[in-house]
Amino acid sequence: MLNMLSAMLGRTTIVKEARRGNVGDIIYRVLAYAFGLSFLFLTLWIIFELAYQAIPAFQEFGFEFFWSTTWDPVAGQFGALPAIQGTLVTAFIAMALAGPIGIGIAAFLVEIAPRRVDRVVGFLVEMLAAIPSVVYGLWGIFVLAPFLRTYVEPWLIPAVGWLPFFSGPFRGYSVFTASLVLTIMILPTVAAISRNVLRAVPMEQREAMLALGSTRWEMFSQAVLPYAKGGIIGALALALGRAAGETMAVTIIIGNARRIFESVFEQGVTMASIIAANFTDASGALYRPSLFLVGFTLFLITFTINVIARLLIKATSSGPEGGV
Amino acid sequence: MERNKTRADNQPSGSHEDPRLESQPGNRDGQQKPAGAQGQTSGASGAQAQSMEVQGLNCFYGGFKAVTDVDMTIRPNKITALIGPSGCGKSTFLRALNRMHEVTRGGRIEGKVLLDGEDIYAPNVDPVQVRRKIGMVFQKPNPFPTMTIYDNVVAGLKLAGSHKKSELDDIVEDKLRQAALWDEVKDKLSAGGTDLSGGQQQRLCIARTLAVEPEVILLDEPASALDPMSSMKIEDAMQDLKKRYTLIIVTHNMQQASRSSDYTGFFYIEAMGEPGQLWEFGETEQIFSNPERQQTEDYVTGKMG
Repeated sequence: MLNMLSAMLGRTTIVKEARRGNVGDIIYRVLAYAFGLSFLFLTLWIIFELAYQAIPAFQEFGFEFFWSTTWDPVAGQFGALPAIQGTLVTAFIAMALAGPIGIGIAAFLVEIAPRRVDRVVGFLVEMLAAIPSVVYGLWGIFVLAPFLRTYVEPWLIPAVGWLPFFSGPFRGYSVFTASLVLTIMILPTVAAISRNVLRAVPMEQREAMLALGSTRWEMFSQAVLPYAKGGIIGALALALGRAAGETMAVTIIIGNARRIFESVFEQGVTMASIIAANFTDASGALYRPSLFLVGFTLFLITFTINVIARLLIKATSSGPEGGV
Repeated sequence: MERNKTRADNQPSGSHEDPRLESQPGNRDGQQKPAGAQGQTSGASGAQAQSMEVQGLNCFYGGFKAVTDVDMTIRPNKITALIGPSGCGKSTFLRALNRMHEVTRGGRIEGKVLLDGEDIYAPNVDPVQVRRKIGMVFQKPNPFPTMTIYDNVVAGLKLAGSHKKSELDDIVEDKLRQAALWDEVKDKLSAGGTDLSGGQQQRLCIARTLAVEPEVILLDEPASALDPMSSMKIEDAMQDLKKRYTLIIVTHNMQQASRSSDYTGFFYIEAMGEPGQLWEFGETEQIFSNPERQQTEDYVTGKMG
């Protein structure tokens, strides 16, 4: 009798608690859905407005907008080619320089450095990635540009001046300086992600190669790098995306010359910097839509690069035999 | 009982904290034999198999001593099994035999390991060269996932220098046959190394090790991750391999050790935190049927471990 009673009581308690728990579940679920969907909505809104506001410019110039080199607000003529050129050139120079150096840093930390050094330097590398870009810009303009002019230009110009893309007089504020600042900015990205990717290469892979009688370098180049290849390409692509989208530092340094440059020592403009430098006086029927069209294009480029990058990183760092 | 406590030459050959892996890149075709001591291989049918002699070996991880004071003679063209409970240092000991132990952070040894009379820890010896003579197969099959079956087999060979394509083709077939894998993969040599089953992957790893033409092969629980059928195939392959190589295998499988090995070493750890020691060593027959020490008997009969 007593047993039955307590059993019944127990059951009612359970039912009550379950019901109370369900209310919490519902609130939790509704809130989670709301926040999740609001973010989705926000993203779609941004993309929609970018495209919508750009329509007048696209109607006026069509695809000519992407080939035209004229950016003349007074005449109402807008072409994005100088900005596209600036973005692509600076981003690729930055990636070409930061790629090998960043992978080298990662290789040093993962394969060679003692664990304590790896921890400290690894932390610094990630800190470096968190510095606001305007600080990089200030550093670039007040430290790097004078440094390049004083110490690098005297021997660099005689060395490479005969090359087509390095001709002409050296300027402190130039595509070249902007590319170097970008290099330094994306270096932590390359190094930090490559470090994680290299770490995810199973120890057994390294031991397998060493046990066949490989040197450390052969082990790295033939067992570790091929295993990590996808992730490292992803790291480079992610860095490329960051370089292409970087605004503040480049706007400060690149000189904002809205024309095609023939030498990296000339001044130029990028898609991000042309928006940042001009949005305040973007009046007129086509000026603002043109900036929006530039923005939309930049969005598409960086979005695509990022998606590819993340897919590559994901495929590698959580590979079938991931974990150490 | 083979343990010889009265050895005279127990001078530690110094610590090996700094793996000098990059030294002597020129000297590595691995084919020439060390001079002298050929007599020890008398009776060996394989031309390459070598004896090993371990003298007063201590293995450390940083300040922790994992294995203490091991003396062991490993005979050519025989299979020597190392058994014992988990954490008793048998794998560590095995890895010290081809200088893989020092690859682990903090890994270092004291004592001597002689390959056919030559100390592999002598200061002028290149660990890269040592590992070409003493190959290793690991617990978990670890073929290179970005390489084909063919490329996996020749991966170690390519390190040593260039070979003619026809030469490589012959080596690939020969080594896959020795590893008892050829019939299963001969039609898909360009498939990925990781497309194979676990047991096939492990035999691929054995073929890869054989391709470097080692004199001794160390196997670290090569069948523990495999099903009984795959495990049997590897055991069968080992019986063929001992005609040409000296084999040392760490195993948790008592039947495997008693079936397939000629000599057995029982490693034992007296208490947690103590270093492992070679508790008893002798002919397999004797270790399994008439061991001298109680713990050995308890372990091989399943009362412990």
